[in-house]
Amino acid sequence: MTMPSATGPATGPATGPATGPATGPVPSDSAVQVARVAAAAARVAHEDLVIFLNACFACTGQREFYSDGHQQTVSIAFLHDYIRGNYRRLYARALAAGINHFNQGRIVLELLSHSRELTAEDRREEGQLCRAALNSLPPQRAYRVLLGLRERGVNNRRCRAIVREFLAQRDLNFDALKYRSKLHGLVRHAHPHLPGELGPFLARGWHARRYTTPLLEQFRRAHFSADAIYGLPFTVAEGLAARHGIDRARFLRRIEPRLTAGERLRLQSAGSRAGADINLDLARAPLTRLALYILGLPAEQRLARAAELDAALTHSARRCLGIAPLRLGRVAAVLDRSYSAAGSREKPRRPLAVALGIDRLLAAAAEQYLPVWTGFAATDATQLTARGQTDLATPILDALDWRPDLLIIVSDGFDNDPPRGGGEVCRVFRERLDPQRRTTIVHVNPVFDAPHLGPRPLDPSVPTIGLRDAEDLPTVLAFARFADGGLSLTDLEDYLQARADAFITRHAGPEPSA
Amino acid sequence: MKFDETTPGVALDGLRPAPAQQWGGVRLIPLLRDQVHGDLRLCERKNTAHIVDVGNGTAYCSFMPHAFILDWNAEGQALAAHGAQLRTKDSRTPPRQTTVLHRMAKREDRNTLRFVPLHLAMEGYLSLHFGGPDVAWTEYSREALSRGLSPRSERSVPGLWLAGLADALRVFEIHEGQVGVLVFVADALASAFVVPHPEDYRALHRSLLADFYGELLFQYGLLHDAVQSIDLRIDGARVHDLADLRAAVQAGRDEWHAHTALLTTGLLERSTHWQTVHRAGPFRLRRFIGELQPDRESHIGEAIVRADGTLEYLKTYRLSAAQIRRAYLLQHLAAHEWHLARTAEALGDTYEGLLVRLRNAGFGHLLKPHILRDLR
Repeated sequence: MTMPSATGPATGPATGPATGPATGPVPSDSAVQVARVAAAAARVAHEDLVIFLNACFACTGQREFYSDGHQQTVSIAFLHDYIRGNYRRLYARALAAGINHFNQGRIVLELLSHSRELTAEDRREEGQLCRAALNSLPPQRAYRVLLGLRERGVNNRRCRAIVREFLAQRDLNFDALKYRSKLHGLVRHAHPHLPGELGPFLARGWHARRYTTPLLEQFRRAHFSADAIYGLPFTVAEGLAARHGIDRARFLRRIEPRLTAGERLRLQSAGSRAGADINLDLARAPLTRLALYILGLPAEQRLARAAELDAALTHSARRCLGIAPLRLGRVAAVLDRSYSAAGSREKPRRPLAVALGIDRLLAAAAEQYLPVWTGFAATDATQLTARGQTDLATPILDALDWRPDLLIIVSDGFDNDPPRGGGEVCRVFRERLDPQRRTTIVHVNPVFDAPHLGPRPLDPSVPTIGLRDAEDLPTVLAFARFADGGLSLTDLEDYLQARADAFITRHAGPEPSA
Repeated sequence: MKFDETTPGVALDGLRPAPAQQWGGVRLIPLLRDQVHGDLRLCERKNTAHIVDVGNGTAYCSFMPHAFILDWNAEGQALAAHGAQLRTKDSRTPPRQTTVLHRMAKREDRNTLRFVPLHLAMEGYLSLHFGGPDVAWTEYSREALSRGLSPRSERSVPGLWLAGLADALRVFEIHEGQVGVLVFVADALASAFVVPHPEDYRALHRSLLADFYGELLFQYGLLHDAVQSIDLRIDGARVHDLADLRAAVQAGRDEWHAHTALLTTGLLERSTHWQTVHRAGPFRLRRFIGELQPDRESHIGEAIVRADGTLEYLKTYRLSAAQIRRAYLLQHLAAHEWHLARTAEALGDTYEGLLVRLRNAGFGHLLKPHILRDLR
């Protein structure tokens, strides 16, 4: 009897007949088989995790240019189910990998709603990660995640403890106004102990009595006195202003000091329409939000304020690098501004804004930098529009002519003039012209392509990584090594472990009492 | 319909195909114009008329979502498209009235021509041998002898019904300088659409949905949900430096002419009969009908051609197999003075066989009932 040879292709997990290893006369052969199966399993696990993390960087379950919202939801739900079922520990640590808020929330929800047969140690680590994630999320998102527990009908000791610890971090009097329905829903589900007058306030409403807590009393008085509304958060005051019939311009002028940075950016055009100027330091806005704001302005305003907007973008990019440092040498970027960069109704102009943000980020981070936009006319960055076909091949060739150390391609991966032109150029360049990998090529994709369960790749020779905000570029560039396939599963596990530890320390908050 | 010219196909003069973009079962090949004259513009008018008086007392009834307005300028000055224009001739609007358009193509102003897209070509197809038998052979019914083929009707489906066409048009990325598009459903050429100016094309891109298509394409759309993308392939062994790579990409781009020629043989290389409908300045509005062979694809359409042969406007409709068969039978009947036995002989068929074919093609009403009664 001849045994299957151990020199068979290393890619197949089991090449011989199924009875081979069990009845084999030579024990070393079966050991080789076992090792081979283990290696294959590790490789599959590595690929699975890379796909999952990539999806988590890009996908928000919203409609994209090419695939609709429903496809996105189905696709990402499958990925979460699959990874949670097979790689639970790594799934939990993915919370710390720098993935976007939508997926962080989803992971917390999945972890809390499936917790059977966990060891005490895993339970503890997951608890810490969930707590850190909830603290790091914007409050409205964190509340929505916890309300997801109510929707799924999950209510156990672990969940109640997580809710209690989360609420202990928050200024509940403020939340009782700004996130009233969410806090109320959560309280009705998890029954945490509420301090002060919050219980009666949430249960019976503002009109039940006078309150001694200043913020709650302010809210009550704001129902009777138009002047009292200016002490409330903007979103709460807005409804009451309508009720008092206050003129919009007057309201915006007086509420202005209470506005948050995000609200200031959002209300710019509403303010100018109403004739109330809202002060905004553009340079302090987050890079992608700023880029979205600029791209959303009418063309004549963008032209008139070009210098100011340009300076704000550069400043914002520098500030962003101050938070997450990135030092690069000779970098070229190929930036896609084809019609598909217009995004969808739910994410208008986001791919284009991400490209613009990355452009500014690289300009600030690199010693030498060459941006190449797709399309014909070379216009100023603030005059960008999403228009025309996608021709990636020509700009990639232009960029490679310049001999960069690092080439970053920002595109949704749909290349149509000629189709797959960019991918073929990268493949041939890698195979024939640069086998020593002197130039690193990374494809950064801001669009989740639902049928592919991830960002659409250009070519297997180029690692493709997903991205939601331009600010995350340093994180995803660090992750690109794993997407490239150069590193093993152990490396990935170590990377996630290190990030998880740092994440927990950063967002731990005060030690829980119990 | 009297033809004034026969060409070996519709020539896409002055147009250059770019790589196709496909989505689902629909493939769209952009057509670019390198030299835009700018003295001829086309815009859309939302139309509510259902009936057109085509002259000589005949009426053409159909749902017509829009008409095209053609503007030209002798000084070569560009005229901007104003989007939809609505001008009614009659000011009195009594209730329950249907607007009647006068003529398929009508000069509305000194430099303006209104015409109903595609219906111009369809009317040409329907009016083929519309008069019926020239000689009163005994087999033909009294109806056929006195009224000809009237009422002659054909069915087609709106673009909205073609599976995937709406999505394909939505995600299509319009090229700079693009003036036209070739629409393929499951790699069957459904329609060709060309306008004079790139801005007109941007405005009229979505109007492809409002056009009508043969039922064959409707079935193809349902049966085939994906077509293969024609990707660029580069032979790595021949590339030694970046210049080679650039040349290889350019070579791949040039191959597109060959791909497009292969996909459009049915339109570009079958003999085509033309009729001039209207002359305006250096332009001629013409309609055409392709060669009618039952086993081949055939297109009808209309075009505006500049005096130097440049194709300024084109819109085609692919006839379905049944439609080709009907026109084919009529053509052969007419060629043999509507004599049934001689026609059958020319078609290589028996007398009864021809009767069956006529009945199956929907022309049973032309023959006396007792002749058809004994047929299987």
